[in-house]
Amino acid sequence: MIDIQELTKVYGEQKAVDNISLKVEKGEILGFLGPNGAGKTTTMKIITCYMPPTIGDVTVGGFSVQEDSLEIRRMIGYLPESNPLYSDMNVVDFLRYIADLRGLTTDQNAGSIREMVDTCGLGDVLHKNINQLSKGYRQRVGLAQAMIHDPDILILDEPTIGLDPNQVVDIRNLIKQLGREKTVILSTHILSEVQATCDRVAIINHGQIVADSSLAELQRDLEGKATINIEILAAQNGIEERLGKIYGIEEVREVFPDSSQGRSFRVIAASGNDPREQLFKTAVEEGWVIIGMSREIRSLEEVFHKLTADISVN
Amino acid sequence: MHNISIIFQRELRAYFDSLIAYVVITVFLGITGYFFTTRFFLVGQADLSLVFGVIPWVFLFFTPAITMRLISEERKTGTMELLVTMPITDASIIIGKYLASVALLAAMILPTLIYAITVSFLGDMDPGPAIGGYIGIIMIGAVYLAIGTFGSSLTENQVVAFIVSLLILAAFLILDWTLMLLPAWLVSIAEYITIQYHFQNISRGVIDTRDLIYYLTLIVIALFMATRMLAARRKR
Repeated sequence: MIDIQELTKVYGEQKAVDNISLKVEKGEILGFLGPNGAGKTTTMKIITCYMPPTIGDVTVGGFSVQEDSLEIRRMIGYLPESNPLYSDMNVVDFLRYIADLRGLTTDQNAGSIREMVDTCGLGDVLHKNINQLSKGYRQRVGLAQAMIHDPDILILDEPTIGLDPNQVVDIRNLIKQLGREKTVILSTHILSEVQATCDRVAIINHGQIVADSSLAELQRDLEGKATINIEILAAQNGIEERLGKIYGIEEVREVFPDSSQGRSFRVIAASGNDPREQLFKTAVEEGWVIIGMSREIRSLEEVFHKLTADISVN
Repeated sequence: MHNISIIFQRELRAYFDSLIAYVVITVFLGITGYFFTTRFFLVGQADLSLVFGVIPWVFLFFTPAITMRLISEERKTGTMELLVTMPITDASIIIGKYLASVALLAAMILPTLIYAITVSFLGDMDPGPAIGGYIGIIMIGAVYLAIGTFGSSLTENQVVAFIVSLLILAAFLILDWTLMLLPAWLVSIAEYITIQYHFQNISRGVIDTRDLIYYLTLIVIALFMATRMLAARRKR
C-alpha cells in the first residue's frame, strides 16, 4: 500500500531522512518509533505530500508522491505533529470545512460529521470554539478531521500526545479498531503505545531505519542474549572463573548490590541458551548455595534504548 | 473551481468572524466620507476626483493590512500543513484566499456609493469620471491585494508580510515620481509599468482595454508568484 523507496530528505546540510526503504501492507498498523528528531515526522510529511523528497520516491497505492500527489492526498487522512486546527472556528464548522475540502457532498457531509462526532466523542463540544477546547478534545478533533472522509490510509503523528490516560486507552482502541480495515502509520516515542496498538514496528534513528519487524520478532531478537542475575552464598574465591567455564556463557561480572548476604553475579549467555540449569548443577558440584536467581527479560523500552543509543555513539 | 469557492467562503467568514472586516470597513468609510463631503460642501463642486485621488493612498495601507494574514497566519499556526495536504491545488488555495480579500475590498467600497449617489443628486455630476473612478479604484485595489497576497506568502510573520507588501507598493509609487528624471526613451516604458499611470487613465473616464490588461497581468503575476512561494516553502 505504502512503499518508501530509498528515501532521502536533506534540510540545508542536514540529512533528516537518510536512504530509508520501507513497505507497509494494506491493513497493517505500523508503529514508527524513534527519539525526537529521528526523522519520523519528516518521513510522514513526505508520505502525505506536504513536502517532496530530496532523493528517492514514495508510492501510495501505486501513485508517486512526486507525480500524483492529488490522488494520494485523496486516499490519506493525516494528523500532523502539532495537530494544527483553526482556532477561530467551532468544531462543527471546522469539520464541515474539512469535509468540503475533502470533496464530500452535502449529504455525505452531514453523515460523516455525525459519525466522527460519535466515534471521537465530540458531542459535548460541537458548538464550542476550538480555542476553548482542552488538549484532549483538540486531539480528538484532529483525529476526526483525519478520518472524516473514511480514508484507506491514516498517517497519525503522535496521536495520543497530551491526552489523559483514559483518553489514551480510548484512542488506542479506536486506532486498533480502524486498523482492521485501514492501513495505519503512527509515530510515537511512547513505547507502550506501540506495544498496545501496532502489528509492526519500525525504529528510526538519525534518519535511518535501525529495526523493522513484527513486535514479537523484535523482542525475540534482542532477547537473544539472556541475562541472568545470580546470588550465591559461598566462601571461596574463583567463583567468577568457574562460572565463566560453563558452556554457553559469554560473560560473568560480579555486581555489588546494596543488600546481599552472598555474592551477586550477572551472567550473560549466548543466543538461544538458557544456562540456569547448568548454573544450578555447577553450584551443587561446588557446594555453593544459590539464594537467588532471576532471568531478565528485555522490555521494548530497553530494545529501543539499545538500538537508538548504539547508533548515536557511532 | 469548487475548491476555490470553499476556500473563498472560509476566508471571507474568517474576516467577518474576527473584527478585521468591521474595523477596516468603518475606518475606510470614515476617511473616504471626509473626502467625499468636504469637496462638495466646502467648494460646492459635485466632483469625486479628489476622493478617487485619495483612495489609492488609503489602499496603500489598507490592502496590506487585509492580506497580511492570508498565508502568513496559516503558516504560523501550522494549519497550512492541513490545507496543503488536502486534495486541492496550491493555486486554488491562493486564488480562493485572494478572492476573499477582493470581496472584503468590495464590501468596503460598496457603501461609498451612498456618498456618490448623494453627491450626484445634490449637484451636477459628470457620470463618466465617477464610473471610471470606481472601476479604477476596484482595479487598483485588486492589484494591491494580489501584491499583498504575494507578500503574505513570503513569511510566516504578519508584520513582515505587511511591511514587505507596503514596500513593493511603494516601489511602484516611487517609480511614478521618478518618471520625470528618466531619459525620454525610458519614460514610456517606465510609465507603462507604474500602477498610477493606468489608474489616471481610467479615472478620467477613459476605459482602455490596455489598462485593464495591464492590471490583470499584474494580478496574475503576483498570484502566480504567491503560488510558487507556497510550493517552495513546503520544500523546506
